[in-house]
Amino acid sequence: MSEQLHYALFTGCTAKQSTPELLSSTLAVADKLGIKITILEEASCCGASHLQDFDEFLAHVLNARNICYAEKLGLTMITICNTCQLNSAMTKHALDKDPELKARVNEKLAEVGLEYKGTSEIKHFLYTLIDEYGIDNIKDKVEVPLSHLNIAPFYGCHNIRPSELHEDANGGENPYNPTSLDRLIVALEGNPVNYESKNKCCGFHVELQANHTSEVLAGNALLDAVDNGAEMMVTPCPLCHLKMDTYQDSIGEVMGRDVELPVLHMPQMVALALGCSEKEIGLNFHVQKAKHLYTEAS
Amino acid sequence: MSTQTEETVDDYKAFNTDEVDTFQPTRKVTLKTFRFNAETDYLPYYKHYEMEVGKDELILDLLNRIKWEHDGSFSYRRSCRHGICGACAIKVNGKATLACKQNALELIDLFGEELVIEPSSKKRAIKDMIIDKADFWAKHAAVKPYVVADVVARPEHETKQSIAEFNNFLDSDLCIQCGACHYSCPALEVNDAFLGPAALNAAYRFTVDTRDEAGDERLAITAQMGSGVWDCVKCFECAEACPKDINPIEKIGKLHNLQFVRGVAESNVATRHAEGFLRGMKKTGYLDEADIVTYSEGYLGMYKHLGTAMRMMKVGKIHWHSGIPFINSIPKIKNLDEVQKLIEIAQTHKL
Repeated sequence: MSEQLHYALFTGCTAKQSTPELLSSTLAVADKLGIKITILEEASCCGASHLQDFDEFLAHVLNARNICYAEKLGLTMITICNTCQLNSAMTKHALDKDPELKARVNEKLAEVGLEYKGTSEIKHFLYTLIDEYGIDNIKDKVEVPLSHLNIAPFYGCHNIRPSELHEDANGGENPYNPTSLDRLIVALEGNPVNYESKNKCCGFHVELQANHTSEVLAGNALLDAVDNGAEMMVTPCPLCHLKMDTYQDSIGEVMGRDVELPVLHMPQMVALALGCSEKEIGLNFHVQKAKHLYTEAS
Repeated sequence: MSTQTEETVDDYKAFNTDEVDTFQPTRKVTLKTFRFNAETDYLPYYKHYEMEVGKDELILDLLNRIKWEHDGSFSYRRSCRHGICGACAIKVNGKATLACKQNALELIDLFGEELVIEPSSKKRAIKDMIIDKADFWAKHAAVKPYVVADVVARPEHETKQSIAEFNNFLDSDLCIQCGACHYSCPALEVNDAFLGPAALNAAYRFTVDTRDEAGDERLAITAQMGSGVWDCVKCFECAEACPKDINPIEKIGKLHNLQFVRGVAESNVATRHAEGFLRGMKKTGYLDEADIVTYSEGYLGMYKHLGTAMRMMKVGKIHWHSGIPFINSIPKIKNLDEVQKLIEIAQTHKL
C-alpha cells in the first residue's frame, strides 16, 4: 500500500454506550493495520430507522449533517454498525438523486453553517478492510490464527439489503449468498460455519414492540449456528450483537432450549487474530461469556 | 495492405479459437426439487433431476422440463409467462423467484450447480410448488384494497388527478400479487397475525389515492399492534424479493409516516419508540439507550427488561445511573447546539 488509508469514523450510539468493546477493538485493528482513523465527534445518532418512521425529513437533515463533517475532512465516512450504514447511505442516495430534496435539506443545514455536497463515500468498516486494505494484506498480518475456532458469520440485514442501495459500498455482495465475512474468517485461518440463517434477521428492531417475533428470530439464528457446530458467532452489526448476546437467557426460554454462544463484533474477531490486547478486544463486556476465546487464541 | 489483411485473419482466428475454448453451450445442473402431495404424503421429500441448461433458459423452462422429461406428476402454477400474472413465484436456494422472469444460469452463477427448487412457503405446500395462498388473500382483503368513494352515477365531469398525485402510488400499483414478498417475510413466518408486506403495500396504494375516502380507516387497520406496520422487523427481505421492484418496506415506512402526518398516531410503545429518539438526541446528540426503553415502555412496562438490564449492568454494558437524568454518563457530541437547532427548525411532525 503506497498511501496510508485514512477514514472518518462514524461511531454510532452503541459504540459510545453499551458496546464500548466495539469502538476499542475497531481502533485497535486500525492501529495494527496502519489505518488512520479520525473520529467524527460531531456526528449524532442516525435515527436507527425508527426516527425515520416518525419524521423522515428530519432524519435526512440530521444524517446529512453527519456526512457534512466527513466531507469537510475530504474523507470516506466509515461506519461500524449496519443500521448506521443503512440510514446514512439512504440519506446520501436520496439527496444525490433528488436535487429538490437536497436543496430543502441544505436550506436547513445553512442555518447551522453547513452544506451537504455529496462528495464523501459511506462504507462499512468490514468492506473497507476487505476491498480497500485487502484481504490478502490482512492475511499477512495474522499473529494468532483462529484455526481452532468454528465461527458462524452473521451478516445482519442492513449491510446487504436492499442490494440496490448497498452495491456500490459492499463490493456487490449478494444478499442471498453473501461471502465477505466468510472470506474474512478464512483469511484469519478460522473455520467458517455454513448455516442457512447467516443472512437472516436478528429481530433487534422490534425488541420492544413485538418481543416474541424478536426473540424467535434471534433464537432461530443462534440455534441454527449452534446446530451446525459454531463455537462463536461474529457480526458486523452491534445491534445484532446486542440482540443475540444480551438476550440469550430470555431467547432460551422462548425457544425451550438453552442457548450459549458468544457473539463477537467483527473487529473483535480481527483483533483476536492480529494479537491485539485483551483490554482492546474487551470480551469482558459480553453478557454471554466470551473471555475464554482470548485465552484460547493466545 | 496484405500484412494488414493477414493480421485481420489471424485476429479472427484467435478470436474464434478463444470462443471455442471458453464457449459453454450448456451447463450441467442438478435440481434438488421439493416434492409433496398433501393428499398422499406424510412428509415432503426431495428428488434430484439432472439436466443441461442453456444460456437463455428460464427457471420456468426448467420446471417444464422436470414435468415433460422426468415426471408428469410434478405440479406448479404457471400462466402468462411474462411476469404479469404472478402465478409462478417459487424459491430457488431460498431466493424468492418469479420462475418466468429469472434466467437459470444467473442463479447457477450465484449458487453453484445444485439449485434447490422449493415452493414459496414450504409449510403452505399443497402439491410440489403449489401452495395454499388463503392467508395472503385474506390479509390483502383486510386492508380494503380498492378505492372507497361515493360514486355519482352521472358525474358532470371526470375525476382529475395530477401526475404528481398519480406518481405517489404508481409503483405500488404494479403489484402482481405473486406473494414473493409475503412468503419471504420473517416477521410473518413467526407471527401469523402480521399483515405482511404485500397487504401493507396495497393499503398504502389506496390510502394515498386522492379519490379514496377510507385512508384513516386503513391507517387504523395498519397501525394495529401485533398485525400492522409496527411489527415489521425492518429486514428488507421484501424489497429484495419483489420481482416488480416495488420496495414494499418503503411503503411500510410511508404508512408509519402517514400516521404522524395525518395526526392519527396513537401513543403506544412503538410510536413512542420512534419519536423517543429525539429525546436523547436533544440532550446529547446520541440515542439514550436506557431512556428509550423507559420512555417507550413506560415505568410499569420496565419490569420486563429488568433481567436484561441487570445482566448488562453486571458486565458494564450499562451503569446503575444509566437513564437517570443529570447523572447519566452518556457523552455529548461536539456542536450539539447544531443538532438541537436542526430538530427545532426541521421537525415536521409531533406525536
